[in-house]
Amino acid sequence: MDWVNAIIQGILIGGLYALFAAGLSLIFGVMRLVNIAHGDLIVATAYLAWVIIKATGVHPLVSLIFVLPIAAFIGYWLQIGIFNRVLGKDILPPLLVSFGLSVIIQNGLLATFTVDSHKLNAGVFETSSFEILPGISMGYFPLLMFFTAIAVIIALQYMFYHTSLGRAFRATSDDTEVALLMGLDNRKVYAWAMAICLAVVALAGVFLAIRSNFDPFMGPGRLIFGFEAVIIGGLGNLWGTLIGGVILGVAQGLGAELDPGWQVLAGHLAFLLVLAIRPRGLFPRIAG
Amino acid sequence: MSDIISRSTLASKLAGLVALVAIAVLIAAPWWGSVATERLIGEFMVYLALASLWNLLAGYTGLVSVGQQSFVGFGAYIVFSLALLAGWNPLYTVPMAGIATALIAIPVAKLVFRLQGAYFAIGTWVVAEVFRLGFAQMSILGGGSGKSMPANVVKQIAETKFWREATIYWLAIAIGIGALAMVYALLRSRIGLALTAIRDNETASVSLGIRIERVKYLVYVFVAGMTGLVGALFALQKIRITPDAAFSVNDWTAFVIFIVVIGGIGTIEGPIFGTIIYFLLREFLADLGSIYLLILGALAIGVMLTTPKGIWGFIQARFNLSLFPTGFRVLSKDKS
Amino acid sequence: MSEPLLTIEHLEAAYGDARALHGLDFSLNAGETLALIGANGAGKSTLLKSICGLVSNKSGRVLFKGKDIAGLPANEIVKQGIALVPEGRRLFPSLSVEENLILGGKVKRPGHWSLDTIYSLFPILKEKRHAPSTSLSGGQQQMVAIGRALMSNPDLLLLDELSLGLAPIIIKDIYELLPKITGNGVTAILVEQDVTRALHSASHFICLQEGHISLSGDPKVHTRDAITRAYFGT
Repeated sequence: MDWVNAIIQGILIGGLYALFAAGLSLIFGVMRLVNIAHGDLIVATAYLAWVIIKATGVHPLVSLIFVLPIAAFIGYWLQIGIFNRVLGKDILPPLLVSFGLSVIIQNGLLATFTVDSHKLNAGVFETSSFEILPGISMGYFPLLMFFTAIAVIIALQYMFYHTSLGRAFRATSDDTEVALLMGLDNRKVYAWAMAICLAVVALAGVFLAIRSNFDPFMGPGRLIFGFEAVIIGGLGNLWGTLIGGVILGVAQGLGAELDPGWQVLAGHLAFLLVLAIRPRGLFPRIAG
Repeated sequence: MSDIISRSTLASKLAGLVALVAIAVLIAAPWWGSVATERLIGEFMVYLALASLWNLLAGYTGLVSVGQQSFVGFGAYIVFSLALLAGWNPLYTVPMAGIATALIAIPVAKLVFRLQGAYFAIGTWVVAEVFRLGFAQMSILGGGSGKSMPANVVKQIAETKFWREATIYWLAIAIGIGALAMVYALLRSRIGLALTAIRDNETASVSLGIRIERVKYLVYVFVAGMTGLVGALFALQKIRITPDAAFSVNDWTAFVIFIVVIGGIGTIEGPIFGTIIYFLLREFLADLGSIYLLILGALAIGVMLTTPKGIWGFIQARFNLSLFPTGFRVLSKDKS
Repeated sequence: MSEPLLTIEHLEAAYGDARALHGLDFSLNAGETLALIGANGAGKSTLLKSICGLVSNKSGRVLFKGKDIAGLPANEIVKQGIALVPEGRRLFPSLSVEENLILGGKVKRPGHWSLDTIYSLFPILKEKRHAPSTSLSGGQQQMVAIGRALMSNPDLLLLDELSLGLAPIIIKDIYELLPKITGNGVTAILVEQDVTRALHSASHFICLQEGHISLSGDPKVHTRDAITRAYFGT
């Protein structure tokens, strides 16, 4: 029974990992940027929610009303102020700048909030669950996380393929120069992509903070989980990131069942295994 | 017409002379300095070596690794394994650490080379995490809380504290200067010319018949082996090991990247200047704790945004200086 | 006389250190079709790109409807009413035919051209509106590229190497449609390898040679010999 439980919890936590991954995937798809500070931004939004909740006393899920737009706004200006200046043919500058940003966010959080960990309290909702089979229960909160991930992916897919913003994303990603000729300012297109990315990041950050303790140095770990989900699922495939997240979650759950020290390691090994046998991921995007 | 082709410049000859004197003074440090001086210079050498190696990797082959802590930690753990479990003299374990790390880098390269560009970077980080978590599982090496080298093992290095400190210090000098010299020699060799060709124009170098993937692969394994040596040195300097310290992304990659970026990526001199600046900043600002790291990160971003070639690149462009010439220059003898 | 639609003054442009245009001067009146001819590397494409803002100009002025647009970015210039059909068509592969056209109309300039008028000009595109743009034949892709440029209702249309890589019969079809496009009062600059065809379609020509104007005027006035000499620089 423990094993079945581990798998089910793993699947549900996969939703959170897909949320970590979706923003990474979107940004890479639109501007070929891999943002090393992605995980730190997730943690930073968790702190933002914590501050808002402290000030207003709202429920963590309600705090999203504030956290999401603030995060999106920050994302827009982060892109305009920093990333747009270093994007180009050479991948090194954006990579190094995001690496520097990662260190800045971590130590900025440390200086502001100390090393103590915090948690967002979502009340009884956090722990309540129902039994689907005798001995196997499902928590409402993990389930909410999982379905939110599905909803986010559906929304992102719709945005990408059926809205004028999505058209601008695809066109700029295809051919920046010709997109300019259509009147699309690629810097603004990128900024919108980063704004959307940060909104998803904020969602992930608040869920993360309800689920477990968080501290200023959790970011790199979340970046790596998101990255692994992207690569396992296959680059450029949003549904793939969900499957990648689920595989990662299940591998971690099974590893933890074996030995608590093996939880994260088992996830990494599953990733390396996929990389060894299917370097393009399990569901690479079909060209066209 | 009697042109001569030369690699040296006046600045480089002068720099060579200064360097020789400096090295001699450094080697004599155990007699003129305190243990604290030896340790500080020793640490300087660790970063000089790591920065030169990472610069070779990222600045010349375009392999931006953020997982070099894999190899530092692995080298360090080889030292502890051989000294504690096999009973070797810790000094003799050092070359083994280099070799073993180069060997482990071969399968690692096979895996991470499947990822491109920035994804390669994070892939190397995952590998480092696997190493860290893996060694944390090895209870025979102390598991997550690590292990110290017992006094009787440490004494094998040298009987007295003076000679122990001096031996490890000289090892640091040898590895620090040696790594710099090897990177320099490599860049002057045929491989170096190939690397410069790749850096300047990948398409052109393909048509010149340079097998880029192979050159990159060789450089990656070479850098890993050398990084393993640095890890071995670190193990002897600290005589204590924990997975978190041995595989620290901040200590072995973040600081190294900042050093190279601030000093000047893609130049041999950059890492030297970067290391000096880094140690100066640390001396003055380290008391600020997290604010210090914040400043370091902001400085690196500032340099990247304003002078992408770093401080040395800026000086070089201004004054046309080169302390370590790798190219050839045509000097005309005819003075008009 | 009304002022010209486009006036180029002492225009210089460069790719990095390589200078491609050396101080060009010419002007173009509304409704004219200008053929830009010259050997490979003469600077024809560079001139088009520097008019529409894809190549940054070193010095000189580009006056469009009396306003200097030389320093504007490409995404602003299109709003002023200049559209480019780029060499090699360069459709957006991840967009369908119709999405390519819609994006062309993004700047929302008023005028004759809309999805409907484009589809009546190129009926085949209506049939293939939902197909991925890469699934079309070369000639159909060229129609999409032209349609995409027209969707912005430009006053000045820049056409770069329309015939590149297309079968002769398709080239003929496309050139037969050209008067329908320019007939709506659109001014055009035409870059073409096929000198005969270009001169035939134009009211006016400029021959470029290594970034200079070597000959210009009415194609009917100059002898074929003179044009050939200007072209090859003999």
